[in-house]
Amino acid sequence: MATKRTLIAAIGDDDTITGLLLAGIGNVDEGSEKKQSNFYVHEQHAQLSVLEDHFRQFTQEREDIAILLINQHIAELIRPLVEKYTQPFPALLEIPSKEHPYDPEKDTILKRVQKLVGD
Amino acid sequence: MSENNQREAVFPTRMALTNTKNRLKGAQTGHSLLAKKRDALMIRFRAILKKVEEAKLKMGKVMQVAAFSLAEVNYVAGDISYQVQESAKRPQLTVKAKQENVSGVTLPGFEIEREQSNEFSLTGLGRGGQKIQKCKETYAKAIETLVELASLQTAFMILDDVIRVTNRRVNAIEHVVLPKLENTIKYINSELDEMDREEFFRLKKIQSKKKKGGDSEQDTIDQGEYTQDQAGGADILDQGKDEDVIF
Repeated sequence: MATKRTLIAAIGDDDTITGLLLAGIGNVDEGSEKKQSNFYVHEQHAQLSVLEDHFRQFTQEREDIAILLINQHIAELIRPLVEKYTQPFPALLEIPSKEHPYDPEKDTILKRVQKLVGD
Repeated sequence: MSENNQREAVFPTRMALTNTKNRLKGAQTGHSLLAKKRDALMIRFRAILKKVEEAKLKMGKVMQVAAFSLAEVNYVAGDISYQVQESAKRPQLTVKAKQENVSGVTLPGFEIEREQSNEFSLTGLGRGGQKIQKCKETYAKAIETLVELASLQTAFMILDDVIRVTNRRVNAIEHVVLPKLENTIKYINSELDEMDREEFFRLKKIQSKKKKGGDSEQDTIDQGEYTQDQAGGADILDQGKDEDVIF
């Protein structure tokens, strides 16, 4: 069911994306008229709707993405959307960014883990 | 009908009893199998749970190191973000899905696949090339950790779902199907017993009648009278003339 999914997509701030791209996850489809990339840099004051659109595109529309990495502080901006997302594919992973250290309290998955372990 | 005494709509016959008993046996086997499956999944689930927590914390550290190495690059080579973002075309790091089977549940996992070509060999040609290559390695390692975590997380989510479904089935059998079948068996048994008693009583009655009669002639006359009385009538015309009715 997941054989087509090979890409790692990312939503994050400038630094995180640069690092991930440097490691070589970047993919830009030049075939389509609209350049479709598998990463999105969310500037601090960019519109939330654009971010939401990208999130939807990566999680629902595209079928070649296996893992979606998203900066935790950006996930925080669209928390309701992230919480609603429960599909196994693509796997949604919240990662820390340079300015925002990782906070396990906010992670959707870890919250579920903690609930199941029974604090 | 309360929940406790629900039963299947069957006729209380011996065949229905055999069938129901077989079904009860089947349900019990199914119940124990499902319970075993649940336990196996639970063990797996706990192991994954532990690993997920560890990996999440490890990820925090790894990403910190990676971010620091990027800061080093920024210091040496200046801002390369634009250059990197524009030159990304084809991925060198991709993932491949692999599958694992845990008691009938396929758990997906991701495996990283790395292409050896270097897309950014020209980035930082002027200065800071070495730092950039180092940063690239660091991030590649970080992504390895992330991919590992992603497969754990996916397995976690799928297992969570499957365990829930299995639990529901186990409980349904335990609290609905089994009691229902047991009640049905009880009902059929009681009905059959009742029928047995009736039959026994009837036989007894006939026997006692036969004994009491002694000679058969008397018996038949008795019976004849009995039936006529029971019928209540048939001889209203024999009762002679009625008295006149005077007002």
